[in-house]
Amino acid sequence: MKRRRFLLATGGALGASLVPEALLAQAPPAFAQSADSEALVKAVTHGKAAQFGRVKLELPLLADNGNSVAMKVSVESPMTAEDHVKTLRLLSERNPEREMATFHLGPRSGRAEITSRVRLAGSQRVVALAEMSDGSYWMGTADVTVTLSACVDGTG
Amino acid sequence: MAARIQLPKDIRRGQVINVQILVQHPMESGYRLDADNRKVPKNAIRSFICRYNGEEIFRAEMSPGIAANPFLQFPTIAADSGELEFTWVDDAGERGAAKAPITVG
Repeated sequence: MKRRRFLLATGGALGASLVPEALLAQAPPAFAQSADSEALVKAVTHGKAAQFGRVKLELPLLADNGNSVAMKVSVESPMTAEDHVKTLRLLSERNPEREMATFHLGPRSGRAEITSRVRLAGSQRVVALAEMSDGSYWMGTADVTVTLSACVDGTG
Repeated sequence: MAARIQLPKDIRRGQVINVQILVQHPMESGYRLDADNRKVPKNAIRSFICRYNGEEIFRAEMSPGIAANPFLQFPTIAADSGELEFTWVDDAGERGAAKAPITVG
């Protein structure tokens, strides 16, 4: 009994210490550096920096097929005439066309939330960039691992 | 270019509703090869506009980064009963349009 308890205790401890490493080993391959996202954003905002936050981009962590990936993006905003989201952009680091889509919203929208399906040329970080009525920019990102990429650039 | 539109059933005035539309379109990336190994030219719906009783409530510019047969769900505040009108144009210059009646209770 004592031996069993000892093994349980040490095994548990060992297992606990091993878990993070095991998870790290399975972690998705290195995504493009955040500097790339910054360059992407600045190309659209004419050099203005975007703040992180308010924008929530929902994409699956793992997509089996890059040809059609469910996407939902929402922005925290009261959507009033004085304070609303003007445009909501989707930017990609690996697609041949960096600007995947631009959605124009306004006070008539009532809520800033768009759902669609995107095409992804490989594992990458996708950026959602919101331009507010006061001229400020907010962004949110999502990292997606794509098992079978959409053959949109002829290489995959 | 056919489209399927879906609106919620019971709509009350002032309610924020989700408009769903699915447009039949290949959204060609320009990198795909056809049976004769020739590149299929890029052709995506570039511009998409939704009008509610004539007033523009939503606009989208898209690229081949949006999946084939583009699906869009966007919100709008239900105002008066009337009509939702959708229009779009692709890279080939082909235009499409669809309409859906909206009844606000």
